[in-house]
Amino acid sequence: MHLLDYFKEGFRPDGRKLDEFRPITIEAGTIKTAEGSAIVTIGGTRVIVGVKMQVEKPYSDRPNEGTMMVGAELYPMASPKFESGPPNAQSIEIARVIDRGLRESKAIDTKGLCLIPGEKCWSVIMDVCAMNEEGNLLDAGSIAALAALNTTIFPGFDGTIVDYKHPSDRKLELKKQPIAITVVKIANYLLVDPTNEEEQAMDARLTVTTTAEGTICSLQKGGEASLLPEEIQAMLELAKTKAKEIRGSLSGKGL
Amino acid sequence: MKTQVNIMSKYQRTDGRDADGIRPMEAKVGVIPQADGSAMFKIGNTIAYAAVYGPRELYPRFLQNPETGILRCNYNMMPFSGAGDRVRPGANRRSKEISMVTENALRPVIDLHDCPNAVVDVFIELPQTDAGSRCAGITAAAMALADAGIAMRDMVSAIAVGRIGDGSYVDLSYEEEALEDYPVADIPMAFVNRTGEVTLLQMDGEVQTEGIMDALAKGREACKRIHALQTQALKNKFQGDTQ
Repeated sequence: MHLLDYFKEGFRPDGRKLDEFRPITIEAGTIKTAEGSAIVTIGGTRVIVGVKMQVEKPYSDRPNEGTMMVGAELYPMASPKFESGPPNAQSIEIARVIDRGLRESKAIDTKGLCLIPGEKCWSVIMDVCAMNEEGNLLDAGSIAALAALNTTIFPGFDGTIVDYKHPSDRKLELKKQPIAITVVKIANYLLVDPTNEEEQAMDARLTVTTTAEGTICSLQKGGEASLLPEEIQAMLELAKTKAKEIRGSLSGKGL
Repeated sequence: MKTQVNIMSKYQRTDGRDADGIRPMEAKVGVIPQADGSAMFKIGNTIAYAAVYGPRELYPRFLQNPETGILRCNYNMMPFSGAGDRVRPGANRRSKEISMVTENALRPVIDLHDCPNAVVDVFIELPQTDAGSRCAGITAAAMALADAGIAMRDMVSAIAVGRIGDGSYVDLSYEEEALEDYPVADIPMAFVNRTGEVTLLQMDGEVQTEGIMDALAKGREACKRIHALQTQALKNKFQGDTQ
């Protein structure tokens, strides 16, 4: 049966409705070598995000602020379609969209990461690592990044040496809680949380990052097809509704 | 940070284990559904995942061998898996060497002559490490190869045995590897279980011949326990299928 024949009936090959996510689980703070971590599954898709905190030199144009960075690794372990080697466009896109959501919402108070202006600051480094890829890696990575940051504790620091073995009692406080939701367009249908099969059939997608307040803090259109303003509006609304639902169902469980 | 050890007394392990005590272990097979075979092996705070893809066609083509398929291993520490600073993503000298010795540790038990020009890829990822990561990777990879249905003449199990002073101590933790007041040598090793053949042997530190031989004997005994766990993990997955 063709995908569109399912959609016409209001369902997808795995029985979900078009606007339905697969079950999401979060295992937060379990990686002992990271300052913060989360393992998130959405259906069969599984990602690990680890947060490392390092002392670095602030950027010269922002001497009073700490820094943040997001990396994404699409390990060949996770899928037969991934290959070893330097980051490709897909992994860079995932990292940058998650980065923008956190950066533009000012989730991390970078001023609070400054240690000595112009000399020393904390750098928050998140790595999004794909373990098993069965669709919608970006949303999984975004939820995992947020959940990992929520568990992050500063390592010990005596002014010179970072002591990773003896963490401080200071938590990394987040000012905002951004989540990215990707809405996919296939023919005239909009759906969320695509599987690999649905991603292959996708015409266009829009990733929308929103805060708990409902503010949109990053957008990324993908795919070859174009979108009309009315479609964009519908996608924004769907993404906001889903983000709210996910926050509700996972609050206290990592978000 | 620094662990004080009285050099006059016999070395007492920092976590209270016996000399031949292995840290708590956990083994599971079939953890990466996208892969043809996969496994997780946990030893203390070291966690290794291994995924096998193949036999599949090998590219670039000039690497193909018309006589036999080849085994290709890739060992990688996740950026947040180390005890200290972030590990930069991508291959480095250490990971390339470990990938190579991992291949050599596993190759003696597998035969890929039935799949010429093909490759069996083994990807080993470590989300968290606390010493013994190459051995955990090899142990996980051997289970993943079996899970993938690759023809093997036996299971391979690996362990690192330390020499601290003049005693052998199985499965050193990172804390023990870094003891400052005692000479420490670390000897990672792997065995073909039935025959006791050694397929991995490395050492850093200073030891006498007797020390190596004693460590090998202790490692062989430890690997029997690891082997039992590997077998059990495979049975747990497959006993339902074989009726």
